[in-house]
Amino acid sequence: MSLMLQHPVYRLGICLLGFTITIADGKVDFDQDIRPILSDNCFKCHGPDAAQREADLRLDTRSGLFADLDDYRVVAPGDLEKSELFYRISHENPEERMPPKDADRHLEDSEIALIKSWISEGAIWEQHWSLVPPVRPDTPSVSDARWVNNPIDAFVLARLDLEGLKPSPRADQRILARRIHFDITGLPPTPDDVKRFLNASVKQTAEHLFTSPAYGEKMGIRWLDAARYADTSGYQNDGWREMWRWRDWVIEAYNSNMPFDEFTIHQLAGDLLPKPTMDQLIATGFNRNHRGNAEGGIVPEEFQVEYVVDRVDTTFTIWQGMTMACARCHNHKYDPISQRDYYQLFAMFNNLPENGRAWKEGNSEPWLKAPTRSQEDQLADLKTAESKARKAWDKTRKGLDRTFSSWESQAVDLPENWTVDSGLVFKETGVGLTGQEFEKEGKFGYFDKFSFGARLKVETLKEGTILSRMVPVPEGKGHNLHLTEKGTIQANFVQRWLDDSVKVETLDPIPSGEWVHVFVTYGGTRKASDIKLYINGVSVPHKANYDFLNQNFDSDEPLRIGSGMVDFNGQIDDVRYYDRALTEEEIRVIFETTSLKSILSLSESERSKSQSSKLKHYFLNEGGPAKLTQTYSNWKTARAGLTEFEEAIPTVMVMRDEMPRQTHILKRGIYDQPGDPVEPGVPSSLPPLPDDFPRNRLGLAKWLVSGNNPLTARVAINRIWRDLFGTGLVKTTEDFGVQGERPSHPELLDWLAVEFVESGWDIQHMLTFIVSSNTYQQSSRVDESERARDPENRLLARGPRFRLPAEMIRDQALAASGLLHKQIGGPSVKTYQPDGLWADFASDSNYVLATGNDLYRRSLYTYWKRTVPPPMMTNFDAAGREACDEALRRTNTPLQALNLMNDVTFVEAARVMAQGLLMNIKGDNEILNRAYQQLLGRLPEANEANILLKSKMDYQKRYSDDQVAAKSLISYGEWSVDETISVAELASWTMICSTLLNLDETVTKE
Amino acid sequence: MSGMAGGIGTMALGNLLGIEPSLPPRVKRVIFLFQSGGPSQMDLFDHKPELQKIRATELPDSIRQGQRFTGMTATQSNFPVVPSMFNFARHGQSQAWVSDLLPHTAKIVDDLCFIRTMKTEAINHDPAITFFQTGFQLAGRPSIGSWLSYGLGSENKDLPAFIALISGNGGQPLYDRLWGSGFLPSKFQGVKFRSTKDPVLYLSNPEGVDAQTRRRMIDDVAQLNEMRFKEFGDPEIQTRIAQYEMAYRMQSSVPELTDVTSEPDHVFDLYGEDARKPGTYAYNCLMARRMSERGVRFVQLFHRGWDNHTELPEKIRTQCKDTDQASAALVTDLKQRGMLDDTLVVWGGEFGRTVYCQGRLTTDDYGRDHHPRCFTIWMAGGGVKPGFTYGTTDDFSYNTIENPVDVHDLHATILHQLGIDHTQLTYKFQGRHYRLTDVHGNVVKEILS
Repeated sequence: MSLMLQHPVYRLGICLLGFTITIADGKVDFDQDIRPILSDNCFKCHGPDAAQREADLRLDTRSGLFADLDDYRVVAPGDLEKSELFYRISHENPEERMPPKDADRHLEDSEIALIKSWISEGAIWEQHWSLVPPVRPDTPSVSDARWVNNPIDAFVLARLDLEGLKPSPRADQRILARRIHFDITGLPPTPDDVKRFLNASVKQTAEHLFTSPAYGEKMGIRWLDAARYADTSGYQNDGWREMWRWRDWVIEAYNSNMPFDEFTIHQLAGDLLPKPTMDQLIATGFNRNHRGNAEGGIVPEEFQVEYVVDRVDTTFTIWQGMTMACARCHNHKYDPISQRDYYQLFAMFNNLPENGRAWKEGNSEPWLKAPTRSQEDQLADLKTAESKARKAWDKTRKGLDRTFSSWESQAVDLPENWTVDSGLVFKETGVGLTGQEFEKEGKFGYFDKFSFGARLKVETLKEGTILSRMVPVPEGKGHNLHLTEKGTIQANFVQRWLDDSVKVETLDPIPSGEWVHVFVTYGGTRKASDIKLYINGVSVPHKANYDFLNQNFDSDEPLRIGSGMVDFNGQIDDVRYYDRALTEEEIRVIFETTSLKSILSLSESERSKSQSSKLKHYFLNEGGPAKLTQTYSNWKTARAGLTEFEEAIPTVMVMRDEMPRQTHILKRGIYDQPGDPVEPGVPSSLPPLPDDFPRNRLGLAKWLVSGNNPLTARVAINRIWRDLFGTGLVKTTEDFGVQGERPSHPELLDWLAVEFVESGWDIQHMLTFIVSSNTYQQSSRVDESERARDPENRLLARGPRFRLPAEMIRDQALAASGLLHKQIGGPSVKTYQPDGLWADFASDSNYVLATGNDLYRRSLYTYWKRTVPPPMMTNFDAAGREACDEALRRTNTPLQALNLMNDVTFVEAARVMAQGLLMNIKGDNEILNRAYQQLLGRLPEANEANILLKSKMDYQKRYSDDQVAAKSLISYGEWSVDETISVAELASWTMICSTLLNLDETVTKE
Repeated sequence: MSGMAGGIGTMALGNLLGIEPSLPPRVKRVIFLFQSGGPSQMDLFDHKPELQKIRATELPDSIRQGQRFTGMTATQSNFPVVPSMFNFARHGQSQAWVSDLLPHTAKIVDDLCFIRTMKTEAINHDPAITFFQTGFQLAGRPSIGSWLSYGLGSENKDLPAFIALISGNGGQPLYDRLWGSGFLPSKFQGVKFRSTKDPVLYLSNPEGVDAQTRRRMIDDVAQLNEMRFKEFGDPEIQTRIAQYEMAYRMQSSVPELTDVTSEPDHVFDLYGEDARKPGTYAYNCLMARRMSERGVRFVQLFHRGWDNHTELPEKIRTQCKDTDQASAALVTDLKQRGMLDDTLVVWGGEFGRTVYCQGRLTTDDYGRDHHPRCFTIWMAGGGVKPGFTYGTTDDFSYNTIENPVDVHDLHATILHQLGIDHTQLTYKFQGRHYRLTDVHGNVVKEILS
């Protein structure tokens, strides 16, 4: 066996799984042949993790592998006899042999033979390939220089030469047009696009396509997958959040061809840049896309740790192709990452003012208001308008005292019962209110703004509920206004009394034996800081008894006056609810019972503060000279308009290092088991952080893209390659460690990585470069023997052919049918999904379908609910978005067939496509030709046309006979049916278009 | 993994990964009756009569032993012990204790194997149910059913290998990833059958497309795809042709499966009249039997509503009324059909409930919080000891006295019964050979017959 091993063909056999290159001189290569064997079988007990290390033997380092054990060595180069490693792995006695017989893994004979050869040949050791910085290799000489369009082709052809294979011819132009369009815009070419392609070079086409905003959308979606972007927070409550401003930042960054180093720095540390721009802050949303747990009863510290862990793992998977997660609990078993390394990184992401218990609905702190560009413009306009109105008012106000005095002296006809009416939704006065119930009144929720209160009088201070809309038991659900036995006033807004509520209480008791006016304003932000309590028109200090309200408190209980938790023992009068948060000024007005007329009759010094307020309020708002009230009202309106607009501005969660925490190693990764403290730093097996880089995320980001990092460029370019070719040069996109797969073309990978850095991290440059290669432009046709030789096309002797990702399948149907609505960005949209899907699971069970054009947006705008993702996306293997997921899956299932045949998305697309064809073209042959061109960029072959036109005739007959069936079929979807077209005609063409949408060719990039 | 053919989550996988059942399989299939929310063990099975004497006294620290509280009760000022208000009696030859809440289960105790000492690591729903389903508390790993689907494939070419069924309203939410495939290819994910017109998403043709039209269309797609295959030689095309055929077959096999009208009346006498109504637990139990008959490898029911933090007595009555008869009926039915021998039925939730009261304790009302240290599950069928009770808890049903069984052990045992050594069923992802049982798990041999 060891003799045969030197034979290159045999070597290839061994290497099929690992996919390594056969070295010309036939020598065993440590990094490519030996380390993977040691890693997979031995490192678990003899690797980087000291805690698990057996017999004090480690095989993952050079010194460990060649350690001198007195009489013999672990590995003695060239000397099998003296090599303990070989002795143990080849031992005949199963008790002595390694790995032990009860281990999960065992060595194959071929693997033992390889190790034997390696030792015999002198046991040359090499660093793991991905930790050695790439240098640009020379382009190799090849058998056919004419085929080499750029260095990619040289590397690929050199490898094919070695294997005795030949590249495939160039793909058909029309297929190539479709391939390039999908690869750059994610959409199929229109017939005009195909025409343009036929008259342009590939490079020109690529450059043209980069100018389309669809490019940023296409690039964005894979980034969203990796960055675990979603529209909900995950875990069991999985309520909505708002991160689409970050998503739109990604699209814009790609569309402006932002260099990858900037792209990196902005997302990882935009907030730490000097004077960060709004865009740089939004970019940091990247590391807030992780899930957030809002479940009642969790221990917040436990989940705060999970969020930091997620940031470390995601960042390192995406930029370093390293799976750090293992090192959270113990030193990595395979890669040179210690637990200390892990927590040094952890320390960089651990400084946010964040709560482990997330908000169930909405963004969790820290977040910022992030207006879109058009909102910024509108905001500027509104601010100008407000400032103009304010200036006008300031001017008017100058002589206010005088105007007021002169008005006072001549005021007549003052209204009798004047009060604040605006927003008053409920008012009851009179004796005998106690004990009354009102079914519909006072129904507000936790995002509403409202104010409520009453006058009350108790003879002695005794506990009692003043107002309640609450389950009438102690500690019920709902909201109330409550007098305690100490005489303080509580306002309680409760989902669950102990741990899901906001409850505030005044500090001082109210007086007994007299009427007291009590009023509360609730500002709609769920927080105690946003609730104000007023006693007799004066804002009073209060304390929060609990301040985490995470679910709505609205209840179906009636509004009860003087009852609820404890019956009220006294009188209640003048109960009011307003559907807005009143100002203190306004509350003073409603507190003050003295009529305007009576106030006016008092001299200024005789008037109480609230009396003066009331009179002045009336003067400013209604009673004063028209010019004055108008100017005042203009200003108030402008201010309200500005506030309303500001409140509607979308927010985005961001990174903000405002709460530095001392990070400790967590024993076994458990949140409440801190070990040694650690400081921020980078893994010791990677280049050190330069001295002049800050020890924080900014330093980390700069270090990643400094050009010295051996991994960043390789990992990034490999991802681009994967998207185009279906498989990365390193197949395990997410794992460049020793357990990952080695690159199929290591030199090509290094060449591209260096080119990427030297181009200024120019993504479009790299894409152009790749699509311009002959390698990329090859036909994907393959015969049986070639396929058997290389089923996964790792040698690249042909072009890529693989099923389109989920979102492209849907986007293609929308585009080809003409339904696609090309609006860029904005809030996510709820597109078609089967009824009741959320009702089966989620707490927010009501799925409100989008309307109009929003139904036809590109799939990256589809609302992504983590616990119930859009089923079509799941059926076609979209990433789960629970956590960073770079591994590509591509399955082929009957559920996909059912999806394409029966989902309203595709039935409607088929019908609208048919409708468009029938409206513009006459004649079945011509219609079919056009359908093929729209969808597949080509004309049908004669035999294809025969099949479909024959079926079309038969469908036509069937649907002419059964118009009801025809009508049913064409009525799917919200898009209107063209009544001028014959129903049977439309239905039969709908079937044909549906047939086309279901073709393998359609769902495949060829 | 691209290019794998096979059914919906189906594949004769052994050969794919070199996993041959390493042990002689004892059962062919598993039905997991998951009681979501955490049923109260001491109100159902774990009888603690001594607690009556110390009702409303504070839980001793010597019992609590530093167990952390959930955030829901951490702010509670006291932790009064509350005994069950339900009566218990011994049943069957095995003399197993069962409370009055479960009269039907009480009749089949001699077929059941109770584990009173299940334990878990998590104290909140999401991590706990995720742990039970995937062997890990955080999302991202494959569910147990998808591991089986990956490891063993399906016995039926027209149905998925792993099906999930949901019932119960208003409890803790459930989510797709509980039967998801995690990092395994999505074909191994559980297919959730729904109680609506389309038990499987997108199963029905649009109105206006009859079976004949669909047949014609699929034939056309096949012919056109075949031409493409001749030209491109990509075997994915042939797989796709086969999957369209399977889809077509499912359009008749699934409605046939979910239509229970052909079942005789005595079946509904057994399961209860609810079994006629899609979406009920009883219907799902009947469905589990029908699926098992057709070779579905792993059927998992999820019934919600066991999360009884407050008003436990009232709520648990409803839960038991909804589930007791049908759970027992399923075991009886399988037994009568001779299927119990090669079917493993598992009943249980993600954790138990505390002996101390959550919220107000009154004469006829109490609530209980989540409890991870001990709770009861039962198993029935292939290879587990019938009429057997395993594990002992302390007088408070708070700690395990002997024979703890953790979630990994349960997983290892289920796999073992299917002929799989849990340490050998692995999938390499991100450089690691992952297992359902992570690096843990011991087969609980003591409960095996």
